[in-house]
Amino acid sequence: MNEWRYWFAEQKGTLLALAIFVVMFVIYTSNHPAGLTANVAQTAANKGVLLAFVAMAQTLVVITAGIDLSVGMIFILTNCLASWLVVGTPAETAFGVVVVLLVGLLCGAINGAIVIYGRLQPIVATIATGAVYFGIALLLRPFPGGSVNEDLADALTGRLFGYVPSSLVALLAVIMLVWVPFSRSVYGRAAYAAGSSEVAAYMSGVPLKRGKFMAYTLAGLLAAIGGLFLTFFTYTGEAAYASGNAYTLFSIAAVVLGGVSLFGGRGSAVGAIFGAFAFRTIGDLLFVFDFDPLWQPLFQGVVLLVAVSLGAFALFRVKNRLEWFG
Amino acid sequence: MDAASSGAATLFRMEGVSKRYGGVRALEEADLAVHPGRIHAILGENGAGKSTLIKVMSGVVAPDAGTMTLDGRPVTFASPAEANRAGIVCIFQELSLIPDLSVADNIVISDPPKRFGMIDRRAQRRIAEQALARAGASDIHPSALVKDLPLSRRQMVEIAKALARNPRILILDEATSALTASDVKKVFDVLKRLRSEGLALLYISHRMHEIAELADECTVFRNGRKIATYEAGTKSDAEVIELMIGREYHNVFPPKAVPAADAAPMLECRNLNWADRLNDISFTVRAGEVVGLGGLDGQGQRELLLALFGVLRGLGGEMLVDGRPVSLKSPAHASSDKVGMALIPEDRKTEGLMLPMTVRENLAFAAMDKVSRRGVIDRAAESRLIDEMIKLLAIRTAGTDIPVGALSGGNQQKVVIAKWLMRQPRIILLNDPTRGIDVGTKQEIYQLLRRLADAGAAIVFYSTDYDELIGCCDRVLVLYDGAIKRELVGDEITEHALIASALNIGMSEAAEMTGAKP
Repeated sequence: MNEWRYWFAEQKGTLLALAIFVVMFVIYTSNHPAGLTANVAQTAANKGVLLAFVAMAQTLVVITAGIDLSVGMIFILTNCLASWLVVGTPAETAFGVVVVLLVGLLCGAINGAIVIYGRLQPIVATIATGAVYFGIALLLRPFPGGSVNEDLADALTGRLFGYVPSSLVALLAVIMLVWVPFSRSVYGRAAYAAGSSEVAAYMSGVPLKRGKFMAYTLAGLLAAIGGLFLTFFTYTGEAAYASGNAYTLFSIAAVVLGGVSLFGGRGSAVGAIFGAFAFRTIGDLLFVFDFDPLWQPLFQGVVLLVAVSLGAFALFRVKNRLEWFG
Repeated sequence: MDAASSGAATLFRMEGVSKRYGGVRALEEADLAVHPGRIHAILGENGAGKSTLIKVMSGVVAPDAGTMTLDGRPVTFASPAEANRAGIVCIFQELSLIPDLSVADNIVISDPPKRFGMIDRRAQRRIAEQALARAGASDIHPSALVKDLPLSRRQMVEIAKALARNPRILILDEATSALTASDVKKVFDVLKRLRSEGLALLYISHRMHEIAELADECTVFRNGRKIATYEAGTKSDAEVIELMIGREYHNVFPPKAVPAADAAPMLECRNLNWADRLNDISFTVRAGEVVGLGGLDGQGQRELLLALFGVLRGLGGEMLVDGRPVSLKSPAHASSDKVGMALIPEDRKTEGLMLPMTVRENLAFAAMDKVSRRGVIDRAAESRLIDEMIKLLAIRTAGTDIPVGALSGGNQQKVVIAKWLMRQPRIILLNDPTRGIDVGTKQEIYQLLRRLADAGAAIVFYSTDYDELIGCCDRVLVLYDGAIKRELVGDEITEHALIASALNIGMSEAAEMTGAKP
């Protein structure tokens, strides 16, 4: 019983994000003219995974008490790159995928190196690198265009066994292959420790720099996976500035919805994924209730405010005013 | 070779070690020999070089000169991790725990057990349970988050964490200053057991009776230099203190004034209740009186001070200032001129000071309205008041525009006190203000308290140090489980009486515990 209490306390943010998403998704499907069909699920999954990947990337950095304002631009850069490289024979395609992922890793590693070894503030460093990454994207694709291996794209955006959206399976695989090993490794713990109390972590001999570097680097990789999927959905590459910025900001919103503390040290990428899906469902809700899409940004803002306020409810019960600031 | 080091082979030796910070010589030509199976106490005022010594030993800072040998072989440590691997583990005064991680995560943090490259949660849990048991703290749940634990429990986790690394030399820097009396006893038992297992222990404390109970040998530092090493028990307290401060030592506590029984009550509480932590607390404090709060740590003393200062919500009962009922809504309200209260907080690093900001800014924070007109700060008036305070409290600082974090602990605490005195408060609440502060500064604070009381202030003083309560207070309220169990007045305030009422037991048992005859 006691054991459960601690588990619950640890997972509270993730569970809240899951609950918000489930409520919104149930409202959505029960008002959808077709109900919950495989098709509806597939569309929802495909729309959600893009932001989910970028939000996962953001989570890794936020855990270290940093912030990565370049994730959206890495996402766009890798999209443009994939529209050149992920084409042709299976071997060429595979080579292209590997290069795109390596470029993502490199972008993340550059961010990490600047923040950790250059000791620049994450917010400044990643605004600058984000602009550089977008610049490269623009050189790669001055105009929208290019193509992608459509067999691979259709396989990863379609359905498995007729029902299961394959993009969700891919997302699950990435969680198992990237997030779970990272969060349970010494470096993952170092990232959490760095976010919670860097001095205490240093005094305890935690591999701080490597942990943070790993977090930034893997964030680049995850954003690149998002960029690949963007290419699979659109079949083209486009250096879309507004879209890159929107993904960066939405990733922060998703992270907050997912119960990840912006002060660092607390939260899980799984929570951020639910946060991302919940955030995406807002647009769908407007659709089934026949609202003008113009309302979407306003509603997204309201939902974000409400969700964040839910987490703050406990403050009303505080009897010691000092806990307001803890 | 002196008697202290003849018993066993030397495990660790430091010779001619020096360290400068800018122009300040923190450590000069320091020598130290550490032997297995012995507890070696390090004594000295703050700024004597003790912290630098252990920082050098544990790899936090690199010395400018000198050599260190372990098992006769020369060693250098580039980081705390390297010193840990060599078997030197330090329990720092500033806690090294990570608040958002669980107790078990923290205990294994330096070297977590791994399985397939990932942290093995079960093995981690096992190690944590063993370490907690070894530290005598099995009551702490390994899955609890460190930030949810009270200070004294965190310190126990810190000790467990050090033990989990199987140290050969364990350094304890003021490790007991946050502990409750019963924890201190447990820790002492653990330390004695470790000594019998052959560990070398380096023990740094300002509490003389702890050193008397534990130490086998002692080394005194002063101004960065080693002054003397001697076998425990061969010098009297007065001699030791003389070595530490380099001058003769007398009159630690200023004389108490004759209590003016007819003085008007300045602060009065009637049946204060809060959550389940404060139960039916009633007392009065008159002008010119120093009233102590005693009892074991965590019996509601801190909550009582916070309640008086307007921090707690949903407070039941009645509070009167100058005979008029008040209902305080915030610290700003409590410290306003109408009420005139000040609280010197326990944790100067988070509640008392903004470390990166300057001495001037820190001092001016609480008195902003006194030195400004319509929102504009009068720099001249501010400087005048600040200079006055620095002189009054003899704060040793290189100027008012340096970050307060650069001052020594004792001087930082003086800044906290000065900050509140700038408001000229009439009711002064103090929450364990001398924790981890050197003897000299403590003495200055005692004298200041008495001066303030003589000038007509009402003082409520919580301390975990019984000597202070005995030496400073006119009356002591002993709290137990959130209620006042006993009020001791004048000569009734003795160590036996304090311990007996703190533990809520009879006098004879208390005498047994302190090892004295009733």
